[in-house]
Amino acid sequence: MIDTPQKERHTLSIIVDNEAGVLARVIGLFAGRGYNIEHLTVAPVDIAGHESRITVVTIGTPKIIEQIKAQLDRLVPIHRVGDLTDEGPSVERELALIKVSGDKEQRLEALRVAEAFRAKRVDSTANSFVFEVTGKTEKIKAFIELMDDLGLVEVVRTGVAALHRGKKIL
Amino acid sequence: MSSKAKSGAAILIKSLEDLGVEVIFGYPGGAVLPIYDELHNHKKIKHILVRHEQAAVHAAEGYARSTGKPGVVLVTSGPGATNAVTGLTDAMLDSIPLVCLSGQVPVQLIGTDAFQEADTVGITRHCTKHNYLIKKADDISKVIHEAFHVATTGRPGPVVVDIPKDVQIFESEKLHKGPIVHRSYRPASKGDDDAIKQAVELLATAKKPIFYTGGGVINSGPKASKLLRKLVQLTGAPITSTLMGLGAYPASDPLYLGMLGMHGTYEANHAMHDCDVMVCIGARFDDRITGRIDAFSPNSKKIHVDIDRSSINKIIHVDVPVVGDVAHVLEVFLKMWKKGRHKLDAPALAQWWDEINHRKTRNCLAYKKNDDVIMPQYAVERLQTLTKGKDVYFTTEVGQHQMWAAQYLEFEEPNRWMTSGGLGTMGYGFPAALGAQVAHPKALVIDVAGEASIQMNIQELSTVMQYNLPVKIFIMNNEYMGMVRQWQELNHEGRYSNSYTASLPDFVKLAESYGATGFMVDHPDALDATITKMIETPGPVIVDCRVEKLANCFPMIPSGAAHNEMILPDEEELKEFEGGAALV
Ligand SMILES: Cc1ncc(C[n+]2csc(CCOP(=O)(O)OP(=O)(O)O)c2C)c(N)n1
Ligand SMILES: [Mg+2]
Repeated sequence: MIDTPQKERHTLSIIVDNEAGVLARVIGLFAGRGYNIEHLTVAPVDIAGHESRITVVTIGTPKIIEQIKAQLDRLVPIHRVGDLTDEGPSVERELALIKVSGDKEQRLEALRVAEAFRAKRVDSTANSFVFEVTGKTEKIKAFIELMDDLGLVEVVRTGVAALHRGKKIL
Repeated sequence: MSSKAKSGAAILIKSLEDLGVEVIFGYPGGAVLPIYDELHNHKKIKHILVRHEQAAVHAAEGYARSTGKPGVVLVTSGPGATNAVTGLTDAMLDSIPLVCLSGQVPVQLIGTDAFQEADTVGITRHCTKHNYLIKKADDISKVIHEAFHVATTGRPGPVVVDIPKDVQIFESEKLHKGPIVHRSYRPASKGDDDAIKQAVELLATAKKPIFYTGGGVINSGPKASKLLRKLVQLTGAPITSTLMGLGAYPASDPLYLGMLGMHGTYEANHAMHDCDVMVCIGARFDDRITGRIDAFSPNSKKIHVDIDRSSINKIIHVDVPVVGDVAHVLEVFLKMWKKGRHKLDAPALAQWWDEINHRKTRNCLAYKKNDDVIMPQYAVERLQTLTKGKDVYFTTEVGQHQMWAAQYLEFEEPNRWMTSGGLGTMGYGFPAALGAQVAHPKALVIDVAGEASIQMNIQELSTVMQYNLPVKIFIMNNEYMGMVRQWQELNHEGRYSNSYTASLPDFVKLAESYGATGFMVDHPDALDATITKMIETPGPVIVDCRVEKLANCFPMIPSGAAHNEMILPDEEELKEFEGGAALV
């Protein structure tokens, strides 16, 4: 009998050389080998701009997660691969911009909900708001769900950014 | 520019010289003309002009595999680069060190769909270990040095360096000297002592051990093969090899069980199934080896030595992984084994050998002899006998003939056998033989071919004539894509859809039209004389050896079956495998 192990959600942090095509290598590896990408963020993280940090949230069985890490490690321009889910405790944050365009009552309710979520109003017109909300993915999801009834018209999310808690670094 | 400044093309060639490159396999075109200009009458670097870029890559593979040195390829932009893709993928899957230089349109034209522009770096990203697009002449030398470093260290593989034409013309003074200190690339080399210790202790407990070794032993170099021999002989345990690993351990040694896997021997596959400790060295549990995964060697503890961490636990869970270079790991392993005064349990080992020897009596490579028709197995047996003791290299194409060659040829040394294992590329064997012959001009180099495969790179007859490369092509002509036909017989009720190779050329005349020699043989009585003539005739020779058309290659583990569910030759009637049409 083959047991079918549970799939897990893992947040991987990858430090790469900031050279042309490096993101394509990482994404191509996921696409080519059929791995899942739930979230992806990438930007240079050192002052000189030589290194970028890619955060990928992926879902797979423990065996697949191990494979993903080993395969990433094999790419030539990759410096380090960390598994923030395995290497315990970490902070994860996401930022979203959410546009609503509701009637008068919906507008009032939207403002109330935004306040409860500590979302910032970053743009307002006579018939629309844009809110900026940060937090864990679940919080962002909950906020978007509530806004759905209140005239939600457009959403953009950055995807997850994550760091180890405490002194530990990647 | 100062007097020290040189063109990018000149810097490129100087860097290749500094790296010890002696041969380039290539084909010119607009985007590489400045490089070809530098190669014109070059004193140290010989350029072999192939007739198709795919062949250039396979030739470089043959050169690399037979010498242990990296192969070098030069192609033009666009179609030159895309023609090289099959070869690059082949080298990727078989871990062959190569550097492929490609021309590109000038930097300013990249992305404009310029004439003969292809996104070479994009296209080859998945079929190379790494690739580069050079944008400044100043970067050329460093990138070339880095490309060779990446191609040859860790798990070897192909590296592409794409060089726009203007960069080849621009001038620079920068020549890289000294070793490469890479910012992020850190290939594994030494195995972890604790892991090796665990492996030693596990092997010491074995009652039914087996060594299962692969191409990684050969890639690791001759020292790895020597150490493997020592270790296996010290323990007295049986050893089997993958297709890619043939020759790492001498075939004539009594501890050797022959090849394992889909067309491996009955004794090797059963020993893999029944063993209690498996020592996998430089092999990767490929599906042609494991058969049905959930039935693969169910009762064994497994040690896996591999330089590539991603090979570990990719397919089969192992108990003791050791990430490192085979030669280093074996050296430490041997030391620890001796120091700990380990010995395998002698009575248990004797019993294990009894089991194995009993399986050997099944004589799984036996085939029906025929006095009138050349049996393909017989043809390979005669090739083996008549080349024994010679300085000989064998390559193959892909199909039944490849498996028969693997089963009936006997390799005593590494680097003597070149075949397309991972990708299974028809058309590999002839150009690979050409490359091996360039590296070993005096040796006997034989491509064991099928009549279908050989037509995929037959144009290289022109190349071997031009450079006086006396490659011998031994075509086992069964008038079928035999391996396809065999699967159709087994899995598709004998509907031979498009597997008959109709309208074959007259191979003798074909050889002659290029100025080479051709022989046809269709009777067993004439076979030996023909093989001898082939060996003794100077220059390239084609032998059109007409063999039994409907012979099947056995033993066989049908795709999706387990190691102990092999079809043996005399059970051929049982043809239809219950699993039905196979998936892979
Ligand atoms: C480039 C390529 N195309 C298709 C295949 C699929 N294939 C595998 S073996 C084979 C038949 C080979 O025929 P031949 O060269 O005559 O060898 P035989 O099996 O008859 O010995 C084919 C078509 C392949 N391996 N490579
Ligand atoms: Mg054939």
